[in-house]
Amino acid sequence: MTDPLLQRVLVIMPAWNEGLAVGNTVREVLARPEKYDILVVNDGSTDNTAEVAANAGATVLHLPFNLGVGGAMRAGFKYASRHNYDAVIQVDADGQHDPKDIAVVLQGLENADISIGARFADKGTYSVSGPRKWAMVFLAKTISTLAGTRLTDVTSGFRAANTRGIAQYLDHYPAEYLGDTIDSLVVAIRSGCKVTQVPVEMRARQAGTPSHNPAKAAIYLGRSIFAFLFALTRKPSTLFQTEPEAG
Amino acid sequence: MSVIAALILSIVIVLIVFDMLRRKKIREKYAALWLLVGLSMLVLAAFPRLLEIVAHTLHVQVPSNLLFAMSIVLALGVCLHLSWEISVVEDETRVLAEEAAILRAQIDKLESRIDALTDQSPRNET
Repeated sequence: MTDPLLQRVLVIMPAWNEGLAVGNTVREVLARPEKYDILVVNDGSTDNTAEVAANAGATVLHLPFNLGVGGAMRAGFKYASRHNYDAVIQVDADGQHDPKDIAVVLQGLENADISIGARFADKGTYSVSGPRKWAMVFLAKTISTLAGTRLTDVTSGFRAANTRGIAQYLDHYPAEYLGDTIDSLVVAIRSGCKVTQVPVEMRARQAGTPSHNPAKAAIYLGRSIFAFLFALTRKPSTLFQTEPEAG
Repeated sequence: MSVIAALILSIVIVLIVFDMLRRKKIREKYAALWLLVGLSMLVLAAFPRLLEIVAHTLHVQVPSNLLFAMSIVLALGVCLHLSWEISVVEDETRVLAEEAAILRAQIDKLESRIDALTDQSPRNET
């Protein structure tokens, strides 16, 4: 964290009904010596997520209705761009991402525009199987080829971006399913953003359960391939088009 | 009998669309398509021979099939147009939601700053 360019970092946490976990996650991130600003994007929660996050010390964006992770992240990127942050990092509100790894993922930005905290990169105990694994392997292989660097976990939500990455995301960050991971990444690469990955460990969620339904996993495989092929046909963005300042 | 029924139906459709336009219940870009549908129905109802002549020149054996095919194509077009329009509207709503959320966060921040100032100022004066 000695890079002066990365002084102002915004941690974006999309949260939808995460009232049980978000408070702890925010406090843990705030307790880090790096003193990050935290933005919790309350994605139309029906529980007390916003209140808990605000009490824990985060800035809260209240989306009036549920927009999905992609929509929440878009709002976060817009906020970061309006407030001239140098870098943003997406962290899950459920505590899966270890706050001490935030600095590690941010370090990846020293020679890239987008840095992904990867779960399989020879660290940690996170594992999957069946169609979900095939989908992940297929996507990792093809996107690695596209990016010209080895990426093993392209669907990881633990990712950081510098101003160039933010500008790209503001131009193209679909709010569709998987748009926030695969689609945005593929278009970013095709627009000339440099992508890198950093190995991180994943922790168990603090609340909620992950799905292990094979039918759902098969649908996931289909949809992710579909999203990938779609992203390949999209028009790349022209970078360094800064958003006109409001007001 | 069926000719009169078709005539009445098409006149009613055209009148309804005109009335909605007049009362600004429908935008012109949507009304145009429906007026086209209503007027072509009106023409076909008034001159039923027209459909047979057109079907004959297009080598369609049963004239009513031509009518069905045309209506299906038109209905498909309207559906596609509406899907497209609603996607645009959804996108616009999402941008508004983002703006509203960011503005609310900024107002909250300003309010807390003002509160902090008004809390201090009386003490400073005394």
